[in-house]
Amino acid sequence: MLLDLSKLFGRSKNSKDLAKERLKLVLIHDRANVSPQFLEMVKGEIIKVISNYMDVDEDSLDIQMTRTRSEEGDRIVPALVANIPIKSVKNSGK
Amino acid sequence: MSEVIVITSGKGGVGKTTTTANIGTGLALQGKKVVLIDTDIGLRNLDVVMGLENRIVYDLVDVIEGNCRLKQALIKDKRFEGLHLVPAAQTRDKSAVNPEGMISLCEELRKEFDYILVDCPAGIEQGFKNAIAGADRAIVVTTPEVSAVRDADRIIGLLEANDLRDQRLLINRVRPDMVKRGDMMSIDDIIDILAIDLIGVVPDDEKIIISTNKGEPAVTDNKSLAGEAYRGIARRIMGEDVPILNLQEEDGLMFKIKRFFGIKVN
Repeated sequence: MLLDLSKLFGRSKNSKDLAKERLKLVLIHDRANVSPQFLEMVKGEIIKVISNYMDVDEDSLDIQMTRTRSEEGDRIVPALVANIPIKSVKNSGK
Repeated sequence: MSEVIVITSGKGGVGKTTTTANIGTGLALQGKKVVLIDTDIGLRNLDVVMGLENRIVYDLVDVIEGNCRLKQALIKDKRFEGLHLVPAAQTRDKSAVNPEGMISLCEELRKEFDYILVDCPAGIEQGFKNAIAGADRAIVVTTPEVSAVRDADRIIGLLEANDLRDQRLLINRVRPDMVKRGDMMSIDDIIDILAIDLIGVVPDDEKIIISTNKGEPAVTDNKSLAGEAYRGIARRIMGEDVPILNLQEEDGLMFKIKRFFGIKVN
């Protein structure tokens, strides 16, 4: 009864959601284990190129190794996912 | 055309050996010629799960080292036409086998058998490398637990790094009641995280322990839900289009009958 009440007030979370959340976080680290230096190098080069055209938020730039379904959707391929927040686009780039 | 399939998981105790025994027996029941190879040297178990422990004379290491002919190490399962076992050595360690030895053994077995199932040891060291060396396909076994899913993810990455890209996921020991109340990750949750195709789902079934006690794979038990799941998986491996077992059927009539009689629904 207590459990149901707390659910009703939206306070408790299913333990499976907790499991999923924790797994996703730990896998980001596991998968990025290509070697942190390698990812840092890639990150540095990407920033260098993009900076020629736009101002990016280097601090919140996020780059990860993950997996995704291929274009044809028939197999799983490794993917490099980069989230690069843009502050502004430079005039020379327009 | 024959296929070498490795059954692997990373984590120990998720049911690799039980899976190998049941899928292998399931394939034999479908009329296929099947051989099971136990590569867990030093910790052999496939023989007891299959109930063939009293028939071992030669083992995998004897074959690889040339102490006997391959035929002499093949234990024929008299209960199921076409089913054979190559047991692991118990008094040696993983270094007694190398990937080259496994590749040539698999090539040799391809001439005789439709399916060669390789039961992989836990871990990612030598034993794992040996087990995957000759394989065309992999079945990654996991359970709906954080630790098992994490290790499965690592194994998927390692298989890919070794160019073994034909991988399918088997989710073992699913408890529909726990999934329903949100205390166990669902099939979709796990597929979402691992991004790999499913070969099947096996419910947590006490019949598995009973059948292991007897040395008779549950796949032969028509009353066992896990057995039914394994029969479907065997047919899916053969390329048949069999729907994944719907575990939510527990909600149906059986569930109500069990509850009506006050039987604990696990």
